[in-house]
Amino acid sequence: MSVELFFQYIVAGITYGIIYAIVAIGFNIIYNTTGIINFAQGEFVMLGSMIAISLTPYMPLLLAIILAVIITMLIGALIEILFIRWLDSPSVLRMIIITIGLSILIREVALAIWGENVRALPYFTGNEVSSISFGGVHISPQVLWVIGVCTVMVLILQAFFKFTMVGRQMRACAANREAARLCGINAKNMVTLSFMLSAGIGAVAGCVVSPITYSQYNMGTGLAIKGFTVAILGGLGNSMAAVVAGLLLGTIESFSIWIMPTAYKDAISISILLLILFLRPGGLFGSKEEMTLKEF
Amino acid sequence: MRGRYLHITLLSIFVVAVQVITQITDTTYYLTQLTMAAYYSLVILGLTLLMGYAGQISLGHAGFFAIGGYTSAVLTTYNLIPYKEKAIVKVMASMGMLQMREDLYGGQILNLHPWIAFLLAIAITVAVAYVIGIPVLKLKGHYLAMATLGFGIIIYRIVLGTPLFGEADGISDVPAFGLLPGIEVSGDMSMRIQNYYIAWVIVIVAVLLLLNLIDSRVGRALRAIHGAEDAADAMGVNTAEYKLKTFILSAVFAATAGVFLTHFNGGIGPSEASVMKSVRYVAIVAAGGMASIWGALTMAAVLNFLSLRGYFGSYDDAVFGAILIVIMLFAPEGILRLPVMKNIQRLLRFKPSEGSDGAS
Repeated sequence: MSVELFFQYIVAGITYGIIYAIVAIGFNIIYNTTGIINFAQGEFVMLGSMIAISLTPYMPLLLAIILAVIITMLIGALIEILFIRWLDSPSVLRMIIITIGLSILIREVALAIWGENVRALPYFTGNEVSSISFGGVHISPQVLWVIGVCTVMVLILQAFFKFTMVGRQMRACAANREAARLCGINAKNMVTLSFMLSAGIGAVAGCVVSPITYSQYNMGTGLAIKGFTVAILGGLGNSMAAVVAGLLLGTIESFSIWIMPTAYKDAISISILLLILFLRPGGLFGSKEEMTLKEF
Repeated sequence: MRGRYLHITLLSIFVVAVQVITQITDTTYYLTQLTMAAYYSLVILGLTLLMGYAGQISLGHAGFFAIGGYTSAVLTTYNLIPYKEKAIVKVMASMGMLQMREDLYGGQILNLHPWIAFLLAIAITVAVAYVIGIPVLKLKGHYLAMATLGFGIIIYRIVLGTPLFGEADGISDVPAFGLLPGIEVSGDMSMRIQNYYIAWVIVIVAVLLLLNLIDSRVGRALRAIHGAEDAADAMGVNTAEYKLKTFILSAVFAATAGVFLTHFNGGIGPSEASVMKSVRYVAIVAAGGMASIWGALTMAAVLNFLSLRGYFGSYDDAVFGAILIVIMLFAPEGILRLPVMKNIQRLLRFKPSEGSDGAS
């Protein structure tokens, strides 16, 4: 394998990896405030990109994306208000089944609206053949957009959770819901907000990656599985670790094409998921002590 | 005890009545879907034991169905003619493990007898369920759901990407399964009534088996695990072993259904292994009330029949998604345990399965 090809694989790995990381962070945000794994997380990514694609003929690209993200956030909030908010301490099994049902319904609605066609947003700059060369490694400008936007988004999220009042309130709910409520935080609104946030970042990721990977009504399931793998790999609830894990999984997947048929690509990442669940359910970065405290 | 056999008798009478009615009204074509619905019910009965009684979710049961169906399909369609001089093939032939038939063009096909293929399929299922079950069942909640989902997707990917399994086309021309001389599982029109009874007899036997199991020491242990696993463990219930055995048993149910339905349909395709199928099984178990053999059987027969007859049109998946949400939001105990249904039952003075113990 030439050095150029090697770096080409690395770049592809990072591009996919950072998208997986964003989906994983979406899982983590909701998991932290509710203890729920939202199986419909991948559908937010699909919705974001599909809505943006539908809007682009009528307005500039940037406006279409912003509107799409806002609409997806509202859908996220609506889902939480309609299906989750009023349930009185539901069991985990019940929540798993409800969110799976939601993911199917969203997918079927998307199928009814957009059909089975594969669509894509236009490239943000240049087109599918334009590339920037770094010492023999050719990179599409869209790849830089993906990496750039996602990195900025992760940093903004970190700052949001660290420095803003609302962000701190959400973390308080994650740490101890009862105590947070006693301090006057409206825990239920925080849950709605967490659904909006993870819908929003999913939609952004869906938009930036759409020119490269294309969008289809059923793209969500695969992304959700990969995102969950990454979330587990980094340790459920730990967003910064999810970024590292995402890049790791993306790179492994990218190199797996080199040695195995593409048809088995998904099987690779799922095998990694199973392995990590069996061997270290606390994640690569979870400490031994932490693992004994948590229930898996 | 008496109630249980009364219910089984009623079910048997109902099965016969349906056949007679289709005969009288000249609608015997319904029997095809009713037969298929019976085999799918078998998967759901097994899953009810696992989910409802042992409290372990599985989002990968279509995988076990596919393992059964595909193993049987491959073994009974793989032509051994080119190898017929090989010693092992000769030995198998002399032991009656092979059967000779002709294809559409009169060419000779020598393949494994469906009974042998069936037994091998079950053996493989047990082995896979055992190997997967040990690590998977240590997990709980989301982790268990995702791990079983992952297992299902891996099976789907393997089936879809392997030439031996026919990739996207699946396997067709699967021969009939001669259970006994004169009794065979096949999709042949003239065999329709016979096959309807074969399928439902299997279901009735399965129900009887499960009801007895649930009322036994094993059943009580499972309910204890469902209620509070740590407490059950502390009381001396070997929770890991019970969970694993239940997992394997429910996998065997799914694989058996896979084998029979593949022979009945004359083929199997990758959609049988898809995640949506697994989710559908879970939806039906939930609609039946999780821990209710009779509820699960009713819902399985009705919903599968409607779906197979195409009443849901292109909204098939959406219907099952909606069922999941609506049931879990408004009737987590299942449709048959809604207050409305209770009142209806009281009015009819019909008292099936009160409480959470299933029928007794």
